[in-house]
Amino acid sequence: VSGWRKHPAVVGSGVALVALALVLLPFALSAAGTAWVRIANFAILYVLLALGLNIVVGFAGLLDLGYIAFYAVGAYAYALLAGPHFGLHLPFWVVLPIGAAIAAIFGILLGAPTLKLRGDYLAIVTLGFGEIVRIFLNNLSRPVNITNGPQGLARIDPFSLFGIDFSQHERIAGVLVSGPMKYYFLLLLVMLALIVVNVRLQNSRIGRAWEAIREDEIAARAMGIDTTRMKLLAFAMGATFGGVAGGMFSAIQGFISPESFVLVESVMVVSMVVLGGMGNIWGVILGAVLLSFVPEILRYTVEPAQQAVFGKTLIEPEVIRMLLFGLALVLIMLFRPAGLLPSAVRQRELTQQAP
Amino acid sequence: MDIFVQQLFNGLTLGAVYAVVALGYTMVYGIIQLINFAHGEVVMIGAMVAFTVINVLAAGGMPPLVVVLLGTGCAIPVCVLVGYAMERLAYRPLRRAPRLAPLITAIGVSIILQHLAMLVWSRNVLAFPQIIPIQTYTVLGAVVTQVQLAIIAICVLMMAGLAALVYRTRLGTAMRATAQNQQVAGLMGVDVNRVIAATFVIGAALGAVAGVMVGTYYGVAQYTMGSILGLKAFAAAVLGGIGNIPGAMVGGLVLGVVEALGAGYIGELTDLCHIAGVSDWLTERCRADSHFILFGSNYQDVFAFVVLILVLVIRPSGLLGERVGDRA
Repeated sequence: VSGWRKHPAVVGSGVALVALALVLLPFALSAAGTAWVRIANFAILYVLLALGLNIVVGFAGLLDLGYIAFYAVGAYAYALLAGPHFGLHLPFWVVLPIGAAIAAIFGILLGAPTLKLRGDYLAIVTLGFGEIVRIFLNNLSRPVNITNGPQGLARIDPFSLFGIDFSQHERIAGVLVSGPMKYYFLLLLVMLALIVVNVRLQNSRIGRAWEAIREDEIAARAMGIDTTRMKLLAFAMGATFGGVAGGMFSAIQGFISPESFVLVESVMVVSMVVLGGMGNIWGVILGAVLLSFVPEILRYTVEPAQQAVFGKTLIEPEVIRMLLFGLALVLIMLFRPAGLLPSAVRQRELTQQAP
Repeated sequence: MDIFVQQLFNGLTLGAVYAVVALGYTMVYGIIQLINFAHGEVVMIGAMVAFTVINVLAAGGMPPLVVVLLGTGCAIPVCVLVGYAMERLAYRPLRRAPRLAPLITAIGVSIILQHLAMLVWSRNVLAFPQIIPIQTYTVLGAVVTQVQLAIIAICVLMMAGLAALVYRTRLGTAMRATAQNQQVAGLMGVDVNRVIAATFVIGAALGAVAGVMVGTYYGVAQYTMGSILGLKAFAAAVLGGIGNIPGAMVGGLVLGVVEALGAGYIGELTDLCHIAGVSDWLTERCRADSHFILFGSNYQDVFAFVVLILVLVIRPSGLLGERVGDRA
């Protein structure tokens, strides 16, 4: 509609502005407290997860409610290969791909038996799969201690590259760069890479095949699309993203336990994708950023407000956060089923009446 | 053998509860093809309301049975209200929307209900006051409590009542007609909206009773108890053939028994010391400690999911169902 928006100069300066803002963000945030840089890091982790899930849910239309299992697999792979539990301390650029590969294998393991299922059945099976993974993480401490059970794994190695330890503060060119800030920039790079992969995928032969499957699987098969392979590929790709995010989570956090990979986390990632707009990369990113930042802002405003008004905390911020997720899911489906930033095709699909 | 009979009884008790909860899933699915994710939370709310009532009345000196009945009597209307409200506010506006939309809404409703319950009843595990003195009977070498017998009896009664309602009354006929074809049922003079609301209400009432039974059986309630119970009951519904009412009953009982027997025997079955001879390391290990159990009874919760996945992969229509499981 508006031609000036597409002008290269406008697009270019827009991109430059966003890039500058993203680079300066951690410095601004650390003025408010290092905690906010950590929150930003977790927001980016959720963006990574949401982008991964977007491949499965948004592109291929396969509702996966056990997505966090792949995050868990990536996280545990990293923690076991770069931590004191087995005494292995491999560098992160070796471990992350291994974790991603293992997660991809899990993705295929989940995908293969569920190929025939569609829609809501698939959602439940993936949910069951996620729970099974969590139960195993909780119990694989006996007879051979692999996961250390509910206690989780601690003292996981932080990233280090060219002698830069990501857990340490450091003064680079006169600017104090804290550990979380280093992770922030690394996460930013990974996010950029994943965005590029996502964008390229969407407009590729594979992306169009996924879209065709999502729209009408039988028609897609009739058009010569190998639906089996394409669906498995979607699961594997989504899982890979989850695995990478999991590995980074492990390193940033330094400690993981099955508690971090409960069903609610899967639902949260689904909420982000749904809120932002299934299938729209920018919408999904918006959803993830909103749903990770808003609750934190609430945490810092609602709690003091309650303290001031009632003299005590009546409603914990954690509860408000979860209520918010629930409400977001319900209200979005009722009033804006295609999300805040809908993808064009998805919008058509979700507003069409079912036969 | 004793373990077998004991676990069989435990499994039947649990299975009867699963069956009643599964009925709530299967009725709603049968009629509007929605997996009502929030049904487990309705069960949880039933348990919670009953807990509050029983807790308040426990010290009053009333006979225990009356207290429990009063608790149930309060739980049912609350759950019915919750069930009706969610159908009216969350699902009805989406009835013509594509399948994924109401499913996602259902997840949202489930989260909201869970955390509202947490606000009311705290995040602690609540211990039901043990007001009913436990009596035990010995049947075929297994110890059975009167609570277990009562649960099984109540569940059978409720299932019979529901079957009578669905197959013998006008409302039941209307429900079956709506399940077959909403539009045509509407043309025949069935008030489809009312029938669907009634389905939710009946399911919620059954769920409330199931919640009270689970609470008194385990003696505890927590705001998270609904999700795992709901999932297992859903697995039971799928096992029996979703949308099929007798199927949910059979599926619930089978799942309960599978779970109990599985938990009872998995440790023994995966004890590698039975095959200690295969490797020297294992022989050594078993000499030091006579058991090398790969999977213990703490894997109990896995069975329901494994059953669910196996059924959906091998026979999506379930044990008794004719519906095809892969409808988009």
